[in-house]
Amino acid sequence: MAKKKETVTRTVIVALALCIVCSVVVSSAAVLLKPAQVTNRNLDMKTNILAAAGMLEPGASPKHIEELFQKFDVKLVDLDSGTYVDPASLGLKDPMKYDQYKAASDPKMSEALSSSEDIAGIKRQADIAKVFVLKEDGKLKRVVLPIHGYGLWSTLYGFVSLEGDANTIEGLGFYQQAETPGLGGEVDNPKWKALWVGKKVYGPDLEEPQIQLVKGGVGPDAKDKEHKVDALSGATLTSRGVQHLVNFWMSERGFAPYLKKLREGEV
Amino acid sequence: MAEVTAKKVLFEPIFNNNPIALQILGICSALAVTSSLSVTLVMCISVIAVTAFSNLFVSVVRSQIPNSIRIIVQMTIIASLVIVVDQILRAYAYEISKQLSVFVGLIITNCIVMGRAEGFAMQNGPWLSFLDGIGNGLGYSVMLIVLAFVRELLGSGSLFGVTILPVVNDGGWYVPNGLLLLPPSAFFIIGLSIWGLRSWKSDQVEEPDYRLSRQTTKEAF
Repeated sequence: MAKKKETVTRTVIVALALCIVCSVVVSSAAVLLKPAQVTNRNLDMKTNILAAAGMLEPGASPKHIEELFQKFDVKLVDLDSGTYVDPASLGLKDPMKYDQYKAASDPKMSEALSSSEDIAGIKRQADIAKVFVLKEDGKLKRVVLPIHGYGLWSTLYGFVSLEGDANTIEGLGFYQQAETPGLGGEVDNPKWKALWVGKKVYGPDLEEPQIQLVKGGVGPDAKDKEHKVDALSGATLTSRGVQHLVNFWMSERGFAPYLKKLREGEV
Repeated sequence: MAEVTAKKVLFEPIFNNNPIALQILGICSALAVTSSLSVTLVMCISVIAVTAFSNLFVSVVRSQIPNSIRIIVQMTIIASLVIVVDQILRAYAYEISKQLSVFVGLIITNCIVMGRAEGFAMQNGPWLSFLDGIGNGLGYSVMLIVLAFVRELLGSGSLFGVTILPVVNDGGWYVPNGLLLLPPSAFFIIGLSIWGLRSWKSDQVEEPDYRLSRQTTKEAF
């Protein structure tokens, strides 16, 4: 080799050249692949929403998913008042762009929960939530609501779908969780999820959410069985977490004001 | 060192010099991503791609790399490749990239990649280094696939998500072994396969570090 490798100038030059080459490679990969990634992310969320609503056949094509999803109206709801918020007031053209979980960490768009309120273990709650409404002939057919809360190891993120009476559960599913595989991880088991179908969130007075996960199974003549779901075996804390998070989001702090307005046809 | 031929470089790491079983590298990811076969397979392909190309690029620029910053240079090359792989997965294999989550990013810290760049690519030409990368990636993959096969079959009763042993929760007869879905189980399987491999190829057995000397004094009766 003609030149010495080990001078300071050479070291600096090599380091700089390498950095430039690598950063060009990395940033062009990121920019070129971005559109495909965004499509994937949106499609994934739509799939989860449709799955919670029980509208998804396995192996549906992306086009089919888009078509099914078109039937939903995407709305932003102010959780305190239960009324719709115009996306333009948040500076958004498309309500799909609103990210409730990002908003929850923004002090201007969220509220901290006191420990007695925070049964779902989420610490902060966004003021505005994104919901998915399906109407048929002007009548409410189903509404899909985002829910999340802490289980044993992880925060579970999911959707619950309610029928037109805004009380009967039509489906529930979590799209992100890291509970113990085989125990708490069974929240993803289709058989367990099927147990939720037809359960009622509220009692006859439609005030407080009544969902309970009970050990040992729900017998055919158990008291209040329309509010009770079989807990997951071997996963007491995950089951407790699911019970709390469903009740939290269905309570006055969560979607109750909105659901009330929905039932009365005010929104 | 014996002469380096393309064939040797490519196939040696699969059984004779397996990165996991003999060099004991890359154990961390072997524990983390082997609970289902399809995820494992994607991880294997990613690791093969990263080792092969990082070896190639390191080898191409090896005569230019100043000795004092060589590790950082290798690291930068590896990290850039890993980011590219991660971005590609997110664009074209979204479901699997979600399950692999941080472990794609952690290929950067996989000792195999770094070890081969420093140990082989710095001394050899680009073509051989590229093959060495593929070879070591394959060695890693063989081990991972064995792990994933055992773990998915006995842990969830399926292979590639297709049910082989119908599990009790779905009305079958097989009670799945939950331990096999948790990372520590991979330790047992790695241990057993190292044992198997070393019984087959007994030249891999290491010399004991020391031997107990014979007892010199009589014990009191």
